Amino acid sequence: MPHEKPRLIDEEGRRVDGREPRDLRPIHIEVDVLANADGSAYVEQGNTKVLAAVYGPREIHPRHLGLPDRAVLRCRYHMAPFSVEHRKSPAPSRREIELSKVIREALEPALFLEQYPRTAIDVFIEVLQADGGTRCASITAASLALADAGIPMRDLVAACAAGKVDGVIVLDLNDTEDKYGEADVPLAMMPGLGRITLLQMDGVLTPEELVACVKLAMEGCRKIYAVQKEALRERFIRIKREVEAEEE
Amino acid sequence: MTIFFNRRELVVPGDLLAEGDYELGDNVYREGNRFYATRVGLFEMKDNKVSVIALNAFYVPKVGDVVIGDVVDVGVSSWAVDIRAPRLAILRAVDAFGRPFKPDKEELTRFLAVGDTIVAKVKAYDRTMNPLLTIREPGLGKITKGRLVRITPSKVPRLIGKKGSMISMLKRETGCHILIGMNGVVLVRGKKPEDEELVIEAIRKIERESHVEGLTDRVTRMIRRMKGLAA
Repeated sequence: MPHEKPRLIDEEGRRVDGREPRDLRPIHIEVDVLANADGSAYVEQGNTKVLAAVYGPREIHPRHLGLPDRAVLRCRYHMAPFSVEHRKSPAPSRREIELSKVIREALEPALFLEQYPRTAIDVFIEVLQADGGTRCASITAASLALADAGIPMRDLVAACAAGKVDGVIVLDLNDTEDKYGEADVPLAMMPGLGRITLLQMDGVLTPEELVACVKLAMEGCRKIYAVQKEALRERFIRIKREVEAEEE
Repeated sequence: MTIFFNRRELVVPGDLLAEGDYELGDNVYREGNRFYATRVGLFEMKDNKVSVIALNAFYVPKVGDVVIGDVVDVGVSSWAVDIRAPRLAILRAVDAFGRPFKPDKEELTRFLAVGDTIVAKVKAYDRTMNPLLTIREPGLGKITKGRLVRITPSKVPRLIGKKGSMISMLKRETGCHILIGMNGVVLVRGKKPEDEELVIEAIRKIERESHVEGLTDRVTRMIRRMKGLAA
């Protein structure tokens, strides 16, 4: 890395983007943004911007991929060539293939796949702008797109990372903190049911620090969960308000 | 025994609806004695049964349903029909002709070709196989005229209304013939294109505003207003 490590926590204990250690980045969510998909969602978390589209359950092609006892969930996590500073090749990289799998496994526990044998549910995730935490934003967006497609779910899946930068446990790392920090712990969960569906760690933490990170990330997930639910309701509430305004 | 939402209140997947000794209804998931919503919809509580009226859903075939679908493939002795369900539906030649069919003597495409739209009835279905259709009943078969509107299948009951109140109002006000496929495809056939347009507008409004109370009145007013403008 040609750059030198910047200072991640200043004298007042603030982070590179001015946040307190336990703050999330500003989050903005929209549901039903694509007309051609069965369900879709758009998530902005700080400078990270992610779009998710869902199709299905539908006939699976090629046929032999179908399973006789359950539906197949297929996820494609992809970063747009312009999503990072230096053009990324649009071909799927090793990292993207791995993240597709990890995201699929984070979403699967929320779905009733056994109800739709020999079909496929396709999830397409496009990272438009990457500034750290893209796998978490992707899971947040994908679970909303699934709900928008009318696919039955046990709960929404919310995801958020915690980590350690300059010796401080922080929530929702951005790209700089992820690159130069000591550790990053992405976590996805179904907050209503209190179940974790994804837990990864990159870097070095003591067992106590790991527990602190998991607790903090879960707290972040619960906050994101509230925003997710609001975004799903928003569209219907808006129509209701419009109708009521018309009546008067 | 606790209920956490009011009747007709908007719920989303994962919302805890009720806790206690209740019956399990549509779009609800049960864990122990806790009941959670699995879809975005309106909370419903009837005779101790917790359910959610979905606002977004896909079509799951039911035996006896009348559906409207497109022929997407022609096989040796059957057609594949897209009825907007998770799986393609099969219409066998015997269920179309009502007599034994000899693939070496006749050609299926003379009867139905790819791109044709048909009204059919679901003859057999369980989730392990593709739904089977039949057109051996009056009123079923190839569609030759009219216009199609597609809506979310979960809003079909709202389009029909209580005891058919909504659909009979639409027919009465516009004079159009309306056929509703349970899979959310609606066939509209009228004397004038303007009448058909009116019905389509109304159906779009019903789909969009189905979760807001007083829908039938609003749609009636809209049609009367549009008719006034047309006259």
